[in-house]
Amino acid sequence: MSLKPKSKENLERLCMQFRQDLIKLLHGIQTGHPGGSLSSVEIMTTLYFEKLNVDPNNPKDENRDRFVLGKGHAAPMLYMILAEKGYFPQDELTSLRQLDSRLQGHPCALKTCGVELSTGPLGLGLPAGLGMALGAKLDGRDYRTYVLMGDGELQEGIVWEAAMSASKFKADNLTVIVDNNGVQLDGTVDEIMPMGDIAAKWRAFGWNVISIDGHLVEEISAAIDLAKTVKGQPSVIIAKTVKGKGVSFMEGKSAWHGKPISQNEYVSAMNELGVNV
Amino acid sequence: MTTVKKAIRDVYGDTLAQLGRENKNIVALDADVGSSSKSIVFGKEFPNRYFNVGVAEANMVAIAAGLATTGKIPFVNTFAAFMVLRGADPVRSLIAYTKLNVKLAGTYAGLSDSYDGASHHAIADIAFMRSLPNMTVVSISDPVEAELATRAAAQFKGPVYLRLSRAEVPVVFDKASYKFEIGRGVTLVDGSDLTIVATGYMLIKALEAAQILAAKGILARVVNIHTIKPIDRELLIACARETGAIVTAEEHNVFGGLGSAVAEVLVSECPVPIEFVGIEDTFTESGDYEKLLAKYGLSAANIVARAQKVLTRKQ
Ligand SMILES: Cc1ncc(C[n+]2csc(CCOP(=O)(O)OP(=O)(O)O)c2C)c(N)n1
Ligand SMILES: [Mg+2]
Repeated sequence: MSLKPKSKENLERLCMQFRQDLIKLLHGIQTGHPGGSLSSVEIMTTLYFEKLNVDPNNPKDENRDRFVLGKGHAAPMLYMILAEKGYFPQDELTSLRQLDSRLQGHPCALKTCGVELSTGPLGLGLPAGLGMALGAKLDGRDYRTYVLMGDGELQEGIVWEAAMSASKFKADNLTVIVDNNGVQLDGTVDEIMPMGDIAAKWRAFGWNVISIDGHLVEEISAAIDLAKTVKGQPSVIIAKTVKGKGVSFMEGKSAWHGKPISQNEYVSAMNELGVNV
Repeated sequence: MTTVKKAIRDVYGDTLAQLGRENKNIVALDADVGSSSKSIVFGKEFPNRYFNVGVAEANMVAIAAGLATTGKIPFVNTFAAFMVLRGADPVRSLIAYTKLNVKLAGTYAGLSDSYDGASHHAIADIAFMRSLPNMTVVSISDPVEAELATRAAAQFKGPVYLRLSRAEVPVVFDKASYKFEIGRGVTLVDGSDLTIVATGYMLIKALEAAQILAAKGILARVVNIHTIKPIDRELLIACARETGAIVTAEEHNVFGGLGSAVAEVLVSECPVPIEFVGIEDTFTESGDYEKLLAKYGLSAANIVARAQKVLTRKQ
């Protein structure tokens, strides 16, 4: 079922709003990770506003879909979505990373309503997501589990241990999305640890692989629907993205992995995003 | 105390590069945090002796073990939290077990990576590292010590864990006169009423506390225990005998760190009342570094309070 024009328009409007709010928030608190948040805007927005069966009024519903943010440093993006969905008040967002806040630098499932799994140390999201998927099968529930991972994160060995396991246990209710932005913390993925043909790697581990443009909401939507139809094996969506997407001076630059935004940078970033400040 | 401040990680990175110039057997590894740990300074100058393995800490530590078997002196770099959490197996099973000459530099230790939150704070690294036979554990308090300890680790034969901070901290020691020796504690302030035994950045807080206590007429001795293992038993026993009460201070869980190490010595050699300043067995959170330290009791004020308490328990 392809995305309705109205839905597409709505998602794109939300994505623009999230980009603006993200820059404003991270500039305001002078800490946090802009690059990897911006690259995952369309992926997370499409999931939460079009695909996931979740209800902020019943956040622990046992039949809800599960979303795990493997790349926990994109927490600001997740929090903006959760606030927009109504999991907690919007005005709490500015408390991000401050003392006594419910919004931790990396997601904490105990503190923040809507966060399914505490993440931050990379690589643990996939195996834990697999556990959620296996739990669904044991309980005969038909919810799905989604795990969003970074391409640098794929370098952790445990990721491939989990990949083998998901394949062995035929976790067809598990979908991984790789935010394939080609950049990690110290540099580009090619410089730091070339990953070669990522699609071939996942295929070799027994996964159904779908490759898309991770900034096109209709492609993301279609890939998520397609993954649902695949039986007997888990699916991975390899989403080609741009780290820092939407702010030209951040795009593709590892320096913007986790750097405070100066006043001048803030003004020019907001201008690019169509806001005069 | 001067107010000159320097980031421990910058001093570490520069020292590592200098060591690289002096000894071609020194190699460095990192797991995609070279721009944070500052191992990149070494990497830029010695690209052939620098191995950035990507986000793969266990792999990195095990590679270092192999390098050490060929006579290299690997400095392994990542956040202290991930060194312990991911590197634990090769640290124990390869490096400690067979006394390989690897230097494990755990940066962003304690709460110093403050805004990233509990997931990135390292409050159990001392406990793990010091529970491993053959491991030497050095916790760094100021920029001068960062340089001297890194040099000493390179000289030392065998596994060393260097506990480094992200923070910019005041210079405490005078580089020309400070004699840094692994295993030797350092008395900074003399006093007869009690001894504050501190490590890492808490040394600064201990010095502040001693001043506050002095104003109240309480004379606190201040001792820096940079080497938590092997710990300076003689010094600790002398402090217990001479001052009769101890307060320990560390940026670590009160379970298993400096306080435990001090208590283990004194309980058998010279039992005196001890109060422990550290994180009270709780997960921490995101926030401004100094505010966080204060909230979790890692402050001069709390050291003062514990000093007053320990004095009430003193015979
Ligand atoms: C186990 C672990 N090691 C190191 C880090 C530090 N770290 C945080 S993000 C990051 C780079 C991640 O790159 P990638 O997965 O590509 O994320 P993205 O580009 O989407 O931001 C690193 C090394 C961490 N959080 N966890
Ligand atoms: Mg990336």
